[in-house]
Amino acid sequence: MGTLKKMKLVLAALTFYAVVQVLNLAGILNGYFMVIINRSLIAVIFAVSLNLINGITGQFSLGHMGFAAVGAYVSGTLTTLFFHLNLNHPFDNLGFLAAILLGGLMASLAGFLIGFPSLRLKGDYLAIVTLGFGEIIRTILNNISYVGGPRGLLGIPKFSNFTVIFLFALATIVLIRNLVQSSIGRSMLSIRENELASELVGVDTTRYKVLGFVVGAFFAGIGGGLLAHLLQIAHPTQYGFYASALILIMVYVGGIGSLTGSIIAAFSLTFLTEGLRVGIDWLRDTVGVPIGTEWTMVIYAVLLILIMLFKTEGLMGMREAKILIIKEKEG
Amino acid sequence: MKKTYLFTLGLAVGAILPFIGCNKNKDIVIGGVAPLTGEAATFGTSTKQGYDLAVAEWNAKGGVLGKQIKLAFADDKGDPAEGATVYTKLIEQDKAIAILGTVMSKVSLAGAPICQAAKIPMIATASTNPKVTDVGPFIFRACYIDPFQGTVGAKFAFDELKARKAACLFDVGNDYPKGLSEFFKAKFTALGGEVVGFEGHATGTSDFKAQLTKVLAAKPDLLYISDYYSDVAIMAKQARELGFKGPMLGGDGWDSPKLIEIAGSAVEGCFFTNHYAKEDKAPVVQEFVMKYTDKYKAAPDALAALAYDAANIMLDAITRAGATDGAAIQAALGKTDLRVVTGQVKFDEKRNPVKSAVIIEIKGGHEVYKTTIAP
Repeated sequence: MGTLKKMKLVLAALTFYAVVQVLNLAGILNGYFMVIINRSLIAVIFAVSLNLINGITGQFSLGHMGFAAVGAYVSGTLTTLFFHLNLNHPFDNLGFLAAILLGGLMASLAGFLIGFPSLRLKGDYLAIVTLGFGEIIRTILNNISYVGGPRGLLGIPKFSNFTVIFLFALATIVLIRNLVQSSIGRSMLSIRENELASELVGVDTTRYKVLGFVVGAFFAGIGGGLLAHLLQIAHPTQYGFYASALILIMVYVGGIGSLTGSIIAAFSLTFLTEGLRVGIDWLRDTVGVPIGTEWTMVIYAVLLILIMLFKTEGLMGMREAKILIIKEKEG
Repeated sequence: MKKTYLFTLGLAVGAILPFIGCNKNKDIVIGGVAPLTGEAATFGTSTKQGYDLAVAEWNAKGGVLGKQIKLAFADDKGDPAEGATVYTKLIEQDKAIAILGTVMSKVSLAGAPICQAAKIPMIATASTNPKVTDVGPFIFRACYIDPFQGTVGAKFAFDELKARKAACLFDVGNDYPKGLSEFFKAKFTALGGEVVGFEGHATGTSDFKAQLTKVLAAKPDLLYISDYYSDVAIMAKQARELGFKGPMLGGDGWDSPKLIEIAGSAVEGCFFTNHYAKEDKAPVVQEFVMKYTDKYKAAPDALAALAYDAANIMLDAITRAGATDGAAIQAALGKTDLRVVTGQVKFDEKRNPVKSAVIIEIKGGHEVYKTTIAP
């Protein structure tokens, strides 16, 4: 019985997977939906991992997509330029998984490096350092002609599909949830609430702050690798400040510190963008309202402002859905 | 708690609702992609106007294959991830039989594999990266590629301007200027000239004096500036301030009325390679310039011309194919031989157009047609 309860999250996730797959095979969800779902799942990976840094550990990172860039370029270079992996080769899928994980590891190394300044800096100052980090990554990539320079890394084989992305997203959620609800996570939370007090009661704040960056960066790197192998291109401009800010918005809209919130926000904001695109076309063509496509972003921004005004703490606040909480044994 | 879930549910339903019950009309749907927002928004606006104009003209003439044409347009925001989404949307949701677009190579490169896999013919309008059409036989383009424009520029500099020492300046953070400068250098050196300076600068800077001082020290006869007009205008002014008197040459990134507005006399006597000249006497060009100016109250730039051409090439191919399936249109596209605004277009075996480039001179504060250089 206890195991079943623990497995609830996995069961729910598998149900989601099965429903999407069946609807897709039945032709109800077309390729367009699948692209949106894939992008939502990758956004989930980014948002949940950023939440670990910003929401749980209480640090402030504006360069999350910089970690994604490291993951994308490392895994893309391995699969495309080093080993020339081929989709039709069954063993190459394993090579792809290894490349993605290696990309994540390199990103976490970058996270380790960026974690250091966080020992000295707080709040706005740390935000500027991480912002600078993202830009440095982008500039470096622009200047390495081996990985395409400003042309981007091209011709990446399309290894990512719904199944792979789903499994990685699920793993991200489960692992980060377990981490947050372990003693390590409690220590991270204590740093967020009051760094001085937690240090006084014996929490090794340095260690947990760096750990937050390392783990967050690892999953961002994984997400970056998956995205590159989905779009078949990795381009320096994809990982700039604007992209990082979009992920940050998801974390805040969902509720800072709430993994459930990040998941919901990643899905709803990705669907919302596309919904507005289709909705505005519909308004113009069917209803006859004279409105241009460029209004999509205006309405999107207005909706964000409204959410922030009326749900300042985000959709979920700091709560978690029951399904994401590990029950402690009584007695 | 309940309120939150209701709120989320409302958001989700609101987001999904518009997807249901789309596209039930009997028109022929052509997809159009361009960046209406983001860093390349001005290019996107011109491009969309080019598509709209061409489609409106065809519809006024009775459409294609006896049906009206509906242009399903989507904004790619200049982002590859958005690009992949909108190409899929146009094919899967709007049931487009062919796709026009897009401007930026990185976005076209994300869209091309999707069109290729779905066997939907695609004509990229202004994506100059050679790799775009390498994706597969269903991918075409309306513009010439980086090597061509750089090569034509070098030829013109060496043969017509009699330059022997040239210096290149370009934005290192942008594939298009960098590619152009590299190909200019290769051709210019091959012709027997010498490239005495080859300096990149970071994206978004507005002080180029360090780079200019360095290259001008080598006393070049000519500056090859492959940047976009906004950088070119500032760079030209600063080069003149530093005492450079020779001609400057560039690519189609110069094509904007803003260039002369900002740079003024600094760009007098300078040249750039372009896709077409507005003074070209060919009726197709004059008719296009007149109609466009009439409709949008602005002179058409090269991007509008390329978009207009892409639409015309595609619709001409559909007419000749006599069918709406991808393979038939693709075969007809391969046999294209059509006079459009940017020249007589035929596709080579890599589906790049074989056409000539024009050189525009800036004279008396106006862009004046100088000469045409064949490939």
